[in-house]
Amino acid sequence: MLVAGSYDVIVIGAGHAGCEAALAAARLGCNTLIATLSLDNIALMPCNPSVGGPAKGHLVREIDALGGEMGINIDNACIQIRMLNTGKGPAVHALRAQADKNSYHRLMKWTLENQQMLHVQQIMVDKIVINNHEVCGIVSETGEFFEAKCVIIATGTYLRGKIVYGDVAYAGGPNGLRSANEFSGSLLESGVELMRFKTGTPARVDRRTLDFSKMIIQPGDDQAYNFSFMTETCTREQVPCWLTYTNEQTHKIIMDNLNRSPLFSGVIEGVGPRYCPSIESKVVRFADKNAHQVFIEPEGLDTNEMYVQGMSSSLPADVQYSFLRTIKGMEDVRIMRYGYAIEYDCVNPLQLKPTLEFKCISGLFSAGQSNGSSGYEEAAAQGLVAGINAALCVKHQPPFILSRSDAYIGVLIDDLVTKGTNEPYRMMTSRAEYRLVLRQDNADLRLTEKGRQLGLVSDDRYQKFSQKRDLLDSAISTLKSRLITPTDEVQTKLKLMESAEIRTGISLYDLLRRPEISYEGLCRHFSAPAVPLLVREQVEIAAKYEGYIQKQTGQIERAAKLEEKKLPEFIDYQQVRELSVEAREKLSQIRPLSIGQASRISGVSPADISILMIYIEQLRRRSEKEDK
Amino acid sequence: MIDDTIAAVATALGEGGIGIIRLSGEQSLAIADKVFRGSRTSSVNEIPSYHAAYGKAIDPQTEEVIDEVLILVMRGPRSYTREDVVEIHCHGGLVSMKSILQAVIRCGARLAEPGEFTKRAFLNGRLDLSQAEAVIDVIRAKTDVSLKLAVNQLDGRLSHEIFLIRQEILSMIAHLEAVIDFPEEDIEQVTVDNVALTVHHVSVALDKLLSTAQAGRILRDGLQAVIIGKPNVGKSSLLNALLREQRAIVTDIPGTTRDVIEEFVNIGGIPLKLADTAGIRDTDDIVEKMGVDRAIEFLLKSDLVLVILDASMPLSNDDKEILMRLSGRPAMVVVNKTDLPRKLNIEDIRKYCKDNVIVFISVINDDGINKLEQAIVDFVYSGEIVAPDAAFVHNVRHIELLEQARQHINDVQLTIDSAMPIDCMVIDLRLALDKLGRISGETIGEDIINEIFSRFCIGK
Repeated sequence: MLVAGSYDVIVIGAGHAGCEAALAAARLGCNTLIATLSLDNIALMPCNPSVGGPAKGHLVREIDALGGEMGINIDNACIQIRMLNTGKGPAVHALRAQADKNSYHRLMKWTLENQQMLHVQQIMVDKIVINNHEVCGIVSETGEFFEAKCVIIATGTYLRGKIVYGDVAYAGGPNGLRSANEFSGSLLESGVELMRFKTGTPARVDRRTLDFSKMIIQPGDDQAYNFSFMTETCTREQVPCWLTYTNEQTHKIIMDNLNRSPLFSGVIEGVGPRYCPSIESKVVRFADKNAHQVFIEPEGLDTNEMYVQGMSSSLPADVQYSFLRTIKGMEDVRIMRYGYAIEYDCVNPLQLKPTLEFKCISGLFSAGQSNGSSGYEEAAAQGLVAGINAALCVKHQPPFILSRSDAYIGVLIDDLVTKGTNEPYRMMTSRAEYRLVLRQDNADLRLTEKGRQLGLVSDDRYQKFSQKRDLLDSAISTLKSRLITPTDEVQTKLKLMESAEIRTGISLYDLLRRPEISYEGLCRHFSAPAVPLLVREQVEIAAKYEGYIQKQTGQIERAAKLEEKKLPEFIDYQQVRELSVEAREKLSQIRPLSIGQASRISGVSPADISILMIYIEQLRRRSEKEDK
Repeated sequence: MIDDTIAAVATALGEGGIGIIRLSGEQSLAIADKVFRGSRTSSVNEIPSYHAAYGKAIDPQTEEVIDEVLILVMRGPRSYTREDVVEIHCHGGLVSMKSILQAVIRCGARLAEPGEFTKRAFLNGRLDLSQAEAVIDVIRAKTDVSLKLAVNQLDGRLSHEIFLIRQEILSMIAHLEAVIDFPEEDIEQVTVDNVALTVHHVSVALDKLLSTAQAGRILRDGLQAVIIGKPNVGKSSLLNALLREQRAIVTDIPGTTRDVIEEFVNIGGIPLKLADTAGIRDTDDIVEKMGVDRAIEFLLKSDLVLVILDASMPLSNDDKEILMRLSGRPAMVVVNKTDLPRKLNIEDIRKYCKDNVIVFISVINDDGINKLEQAIVDFVYSGEIVAPDAAFVHNVRHIELLEQARQHINDVQLTIDSAMPIDCMVIDLRLALDKLGRISGETIGEDIINEIFSRFCIGK
């Protein structure tokens, strides 16, 4: 066989997972190849034209803090930005940007092309080559063999992809691209278990055929936020989105045509996500709702295509036309691309370690939608972790695993590899039990030091970060050491700040705990040190939410004890007869690293955990005895 | 440690007509086989599950017959411990039970530690925590009501009450989380008033469960009660009257000091440890004083104080001395000798204790004793939870967890009061949910997310 190249790391797929994986591996010094079906779909956004939102925005911030690319890329491709959830608490503030899809693709492609140690090539991968439970490389449709020490699967929705709407059904990837039809078979032959999932997207419509005067305008925020801790953009030209609603007429058309839906007729077998239902599912499941929101979002600046958010559908083309035209402002709509459902193969993530490497095939990793997740941000986060760990694997260094208390990335991967998923997995803030410490505003404080140790954080990023951290530390200690006493002067100032008088001397830090007191106020009236906005924000959160943060850090410490109880790799769970049958099977399959991880597996009862704890204690005592 | 076969006497020693020796573990059947000679069956192995066989228990060393027995086989996992279980039912005498137990131990069984059957059932995934603990309480149950209480909990009645409270918290969390995770969806906003209302409901429900905690403890351990009164007021006659009613199940418990007699009686299913403060009768002033001190000491430590007054005499100084201290104490005033002309002024009593229950009786005429018993029962159930099939909390661990959950719910209220955002409210709501889940061994998993998706139409 022709050996077309030899690499440390090969990444299959150049979507959001693949891009981060390839960049991370190359930046960590690995000779890396990124293989994509088409150079024109690098970092393609095949569904909604936006990045971020609750939990997803947190992921982007974390990727950025570790030295990933997504944050910088979206900042540069952003055409509207909003901070959501203000007023619901600092931990759930969520940044969400509308992207110019074409710019996003172009910018990321440019970054990949110019990355040292990274080779970008259009290749259709047909086979994975595995020898003695170890990955050796890939074979392309042209018959070329590419040798690799590590391979990362980041195939998104392309594996045996099938597009369905109405009576139309054909093999293909999103946006008219090819699907990868041979690779699934190769994975199955290698003993990889696959699942079949489904997702969908709405129609894209012509901007010129919409009547925006009948819709509600959704402008961006006045303040220019950025995802990346490195971006310093403070003004940005923004374009609006638009809000309109379905009505009973819309729902009637959908109900009358349900028999023509492949979802309800059984043509589609894959499992779809609950949080991203098609409009037909919404109308059926929530029949009492007489209107659903429809957001009209631009796909970019230099296109008339508009994304119709909320109207994902796989109904036939004529039905899509009929129901869209019942919506206010869309009476004369022209569709440019129809909505469709897509079915695809993905890896059951329970086969993976928290490094995203297969337990049974060393050197083979999987990341992104091919792991059963959904969303650009979820994919990118996994890509980053897989890329880092592939590089560490090549360099024979210990793995990089983020815990549930380190990052949303940790929660995401722990959920996938411990609990698995039976629908496309979406990140939500409610999945993070330590949400108050995993804020989007402190992602750098949580992760940049770790990224630096890995070697992903550049000098200028690290310098910027260190400066911020030092300013923060000194601002807090200054506030804590500066005391004010109940003098007339102080009471007058407090009155100006619309705050109650003090009775005893307190520190400025304690004063800042009061809801009505801001850091800015302390600067103005008590000459607190002037610091940048981002530092100010950190000081305020630390002071005002201290009690709640302490509660969560207490929980984290208690949970850490269970995480520290490691489960030896050699345990044969089938031999631990006292475990329930289900627990034996699940533990054998998942092979958790710790009692903490074991306790999160569904089907493993507290009784099983007690037994496991007793069992490892027995093992420990026995080996102690033998040592003596 | 879980490999061996354990054995123990499963019924209370010295009580009842039938005694049961229970075996659990891999060797149960083999061991039982060695001590059992069936009249029709040749081997214990042949007895089908859930069938009993008649025969004799023998001492395998001497081949001597110990007792006539029924033997019952329950093969795992369909048994209490999920292991092979054998029960040997014999005549309840202490000697024969002990002999059979010794025989099975000699044949390879190990004497079970207290609660070890339950522990195994628990460790084998057969019971959840609250059920496992309820079983322990079954063993300790002293009276019919206590038994019913423990059985109720086994049925999951407490679990059900807690399930309802958890459900309300869960529903609120799901709403808050949906609003947070899907800010642009068309979800009804949660107002602070919504949260406050839930907090109020849950507080009331938790308080109600916690208020049963005392009743639960009393039902299990017995109510410490004391009869106090001056000489000749009818204390002893009242004690005797209560004892006479319950003669059949009275157990004598020797007093710790010569001057205090404690009797164990059962009133309406409630075990009452009744202390009669004898010795106050001496007329010497110093001793009289000591008597009052002693009465006061009991008054402070008892769960229930019965103060006896004489209806035929005005209130004495001794009476007043005691009555003065009743305020806030769990006390009842019993006015005896209603058969004699009334000289006692009720108004005078009320001056000292305006909230305590007053019951009128005549021990000599056997009049009002039933009313007194009912008053005691009502008192135990706080007058509002009479139904003995309500959920009762009577386990220290449960009480502790309920109190912790209550504390977290309080903290949610504090969060609301200090105008903190909804995200902060979720923290303590989740903690409360977790504490309640620990009572029945459930933990927070996918339930919040499932709840979000089943209730709200979410999606792009």
